[in-house]
Amino acid sequence: MHADALTSDVLLPEIREPASEMRYRPGAIGTGKVIGNRFKEIPMSALRQIAFYGKGGIGKSTTSQNTLAALAEMGHRILIVGCDPKADSTRLILHAKAQDTILSLAAAAGSVEDLELEEVMKVGYRDIRCVESGGPEPGVGCAGRGVITSINFLEENGAYEDIDYVSYDVLGDVVCGGFAMPIRENKAQEIYIVMSGEMMAMYAANNISKGILKYAMSGGVRLGGLVCNERQTDKELELAEALAKKLGTQLIYFVPRDNIVQHAELRRMTVLEYAPDSAQADHYRKLAHRVHNNAGKGIIPTPITMDELEDMLMEHGIMKKVDEAIVGKSAAELAIA
Amino acid sequence: MSVSETESVAEIKARNKELINEVLQVYPEKTAKRRAKHLNVHEAGKSDCGVKSNLKSIPGVMTIRGCAYAGSKGVVWGPIKDMIHISHGPVGCGQYSWAARRNYYIGTTGIDTFVTMQFTSDFQEKDIVFGGDKKLAKIMDEIQVLFPLNNGISVQSECPIGLIGDDIEAVSKAKSKEYGGKTIVPVRCEGFRGVSQSLGHHVANDAIRDWVFDKVDPNAVAKFQDTPYDVAIIGDYNIGGDAWSSRILLEEMGLRVIAQWSGDGTLAELEATPKAKLNVLHCYRSMNYISRHMEEKYGIPWCEYNFFGPSKIAESLRRIASYFDDKIKEGAERVIAKYQALMDAVIAKYRPRLEGKTVMLFVGGLRPRHVIGAYEDLGMEVVGTGYEFGHNDDYQRTAQHYVKDGTLIYDDVTGYEFEKFVERIQPDLVGSGIKEKYVFQKMGVPFRQMHSWDYSGPYHGYDGFAIFARDMDMAINAPVWKMAHTPWKTASKPTLLAAE
Repeated sequence: MHADALTSDVLLPEIREPASEMRYRPGAIGTGKVIGNRFKEIPMSALRQIAFYGKGGIGKSTTSQNTLAALAEMGHRILIVGCDPKADSTRLILHAKAQDTILSLAAAAGSVEDLELEEVMKVGYRDIRCVESGGPEPGVGCAGRGVITSINFLEENGAYEDIDYVSYDVLGDVVCGGFAMPIRENKAQEIYIVMSGEMMAMYAANNISKGILKYAMSGGVRLGGLVCNERQTDKELELAEALAKKLGTQLIYFVPRDNIVQHAELRRMTVLEYAPDSAQADHYRKLAHRVHNNAGKGIIPTPITMDELEDMLMEHGIMKKVDEAIVGKSAAELAIA
Repeated sequence: MSVSETESVAEIKARNKELINEVLQVYPEKTAKRRAKHLNVHEAGKSDCGVKSNLKSIPGVMTIRGCAYAGSKGVVWGPIKDMIHISHGPVGCGQYSWAARRNYYIGTTGIDTFVTMQFTSDFQEKDIVFGGDKKLAKIMDEIQVLFPLNNGISVQSECPIGLIGDDIEAVSKAKSKEYGGKTIVPVRCEGFRGVSQSLGHHVANDAIRDWVFDKVDPNAVAKFQDTPYDVAIIGDYNIGGDAWSSRILLEEMGLRVIAQWSGDGTLAELEATPKAKLNVLHCYRSMNYISRHMEEKYGIPWCEYNFFGPSKIAESLRRIASYFDDKIKEGAERVIAKYQALMDAVIAKYRPRLEGKTVMLFVGGLRPRHVIGAYEDLGMEVVGTGYEFGHNDDYQRTAQHYVKDGTLIYDDVTGYEFEKFVERIQPDLVGSGIKEKYVFQKMGVPFRQMHSWDYSGPYHGYDGFAIFARDMDMAINAPVWKMAHTPWKTASKPTLLAAE
C-alpha cells in the first residue's frame, strides 16, 4: 500500500475498529495460568499491547515514537507508557519532556492512590496519549518498583479503555524484575527488539530474548521480531536477518540511517510530523504496517549462547576465528611474542 | 515421667538415634539429608556436639530463627537506653519488635531514655521509589527537636534499605557533623542478610567498632579516673534485671563496673569500655566479635562467665578474680561465702521437689548451655538442647563444659522435630520461647519461656537463682498438670511403645 493511502483520512472508517466490548481488557480473561498463546483467539482489532526493548542508546524511543506516530496516522488510538526514569519516551510526541510523571505527582500528592488518571495523561501528536512512569534520579531509590507502581496504577484506573494500542518503552537493560513488568502476564503481547549490526546490540537482543523466553512460559508474551536501526556496520542487514533466524523470529524492518531523524529530533518531533513526505517517514509507515499485520504472529524465541553468537559473526566474516592463544593478551604482550 | 531415669546411657543413645531417624522419615529425601546434619546425640569426650550449625534454614520447615535486623535492633542496639534507634524502612519491623525483650532500665522514658519507645521511618511506596535518605535526615532533625536529651541515634536498616541502595552512611555523617559530632550510627542489618539473627549481632558489633570506638578522640581528656579494678560487662541484656543482679556480685568482690552492654547501657558506657582492664562476657554469641576487637586493638583480655546457679557462679567469680590481685581473689571467696547460706536454703527448699526432673531446652545465644548448671544445682537433668542460631564454637563449649553423654542435640530445630522429640522423650519441663510455649502446654508438658524468663526474673546471680528455682518449681509442680491426663485412660507412664 502506498504511504499516501495510509495517511488518507478516507481510509479511517475502515481501519477504525468495532465495539469496545469486543476488545480485550487487561485482566478480563481471568488469572489462571494458560500455557500457549492466549491471545490468538482475540481478533486483530482487540487492544494490542506491544513493547520496545533494546540496548541503551540504540534508538528505541525514536523508533517507537515514529512507528507509533505512523500507526496513529493509520487511525489507531494509541497510548504510550514510558517506563524509563529519564521520562523521555514521549518527548517527540509531546514536543516536550513530560514533567508530570506518575511517580513525581504521586510523591507530591502523598501516594499513587491520590492521583487521577487525567493528571498524568498528556495528549500529543495525532491524539496520541502519553504517560511517563518517571522515577528517581540516577543513583537513588528503586526505579524498578516505580515501573511496577505506575503500570498497576494505569491498569486500575482504566487507562487502557478506548485504545487500540498500548506501547511500553522500557529502558535499555532488563536489570531487575521491575523492568520486566511490561513483559509479564496480561501486559505486552509482543516485544519488538530494536538492534543494529553491532556486536553488543545483538548481544543485548539475545539477552532480552532470554527474558521473553522466561515469561513466555508463564504468560502470553511473544517476540514480535527485530527492528534493525541501521548503524552502517559491515553486512548489517545480513547479520540482522541471521540473528532473527537464530532466534526463530523475523526481521520486521530494516530502518535505514537518515540524518532527517536527527533534524526532527532536535525539534522534538517525529519524522512523521516534521517531514511527512520524506522517504524516512515512509519507512516508519512501512514498519508500522508490518507491526500492525504482525498481530498474533509472535513467537517464543530461541536464544543462543555467547559462543553461538560469536560463531555467527565468524560465519559472516565479521569476526576472524579467535586464536585462543591471543585471548587476554594486550597488544604489547603480543608484540613481544 | 521421664524415660531417661530408667534407662542406661546406651539405651538412651539408641532411643535418641532412633528418634532422629524417625523424624527424618517425613521429610523429602534432600531435606532429610540436610536436616540429618543438624541432629545428633552427644558422645562424651567429643570436642563438639556433632551437629552442623549456622546454615540456612530449609524453606518449608517452621524455624524459630529471627533475622539480622532482629539481631541488631532487638538484641545489641535496642537496649542502649539513651540513644534513639530508628527502625528504618516500612513500619512492621519496628512495630512487631517493639519492647519485646524486657530490657529493664533506669531513666525517664521519652526524656532521657527511649528503650520502650518505637521510632520508625514508616516507608511508603514513594520512599522505595525515590529513596528514603531525605526522610531519614528529616527524622533525625525531628528527633533533635522532640528529644533533645538523646545522646545518639542509630539507624537500624530493614530489608528495603539494602535493596534500593540508600546511602544511610552519608546521611549519618552529614547529620553528625551538623549536630556538632553527635554519635549517629548507621547499621546495615537488613533482614535478608545471613541465615539468622546471628549476622545481625556481628554487623551491630562492627558498627560499635566503626561508629563509636573509632569516633572517640584518643587524645581527649578522660571522662573518668580509671582504676586497676575496672571491668565491663559485655553481652548482658538485663532481661528482667539480670545485669543488675550480676553487677552487684562483681562490685561486692571489689571490682568497679564501668560499663554494661547493652542492657540498661548508655552510649557513654560504650565509649568508656576500651578503658576497662577486663571485659567479662556473658553472651558469647552476640558479643564475642567486639570483645575480640578490644583485645586486639586495646589489649583488653576478655573472660566468659556464667551466672546461672551457684556452682557456675562460684566457678565464674573465681575465674574473673584470677585476672586480678589477691584482694579481688579474696573478694570472690567472700562473695561466694556470703551467699552460701542463701543458696543452701534455696536448694534445701526446691531440690526435693525437682530432683530427677528432666528438661529439654531450645533457646538462643548462650542459654542452651549456660542454664544447664542451674538445673543441675536443683538436681534436674537436661536431656536435650539446641541453639536457634549458634555456631560451631557454641557447640564446642556445650560439649566440653556442659552436656552429658547421650544428650539429644538439635540445631535450628524445626517445629515438627521439636514436637516429636518432646512427645517421645516426655521431659518434665520444656524451656524455649513464646512460639513454643502453648504447643507444649497443650501437650500437657510444663513450660518456661527461657528468652523472657516468662515475664519473671532476674535469673542471673545469686538473687536470680532463688527466683529461677521458684519459677521452675511453679511450672513443674503446678496442680494443673494432674488434670491434664485423660482420666479414663490408663494412668501408666508413657513409654516408647505407647507413644503414637
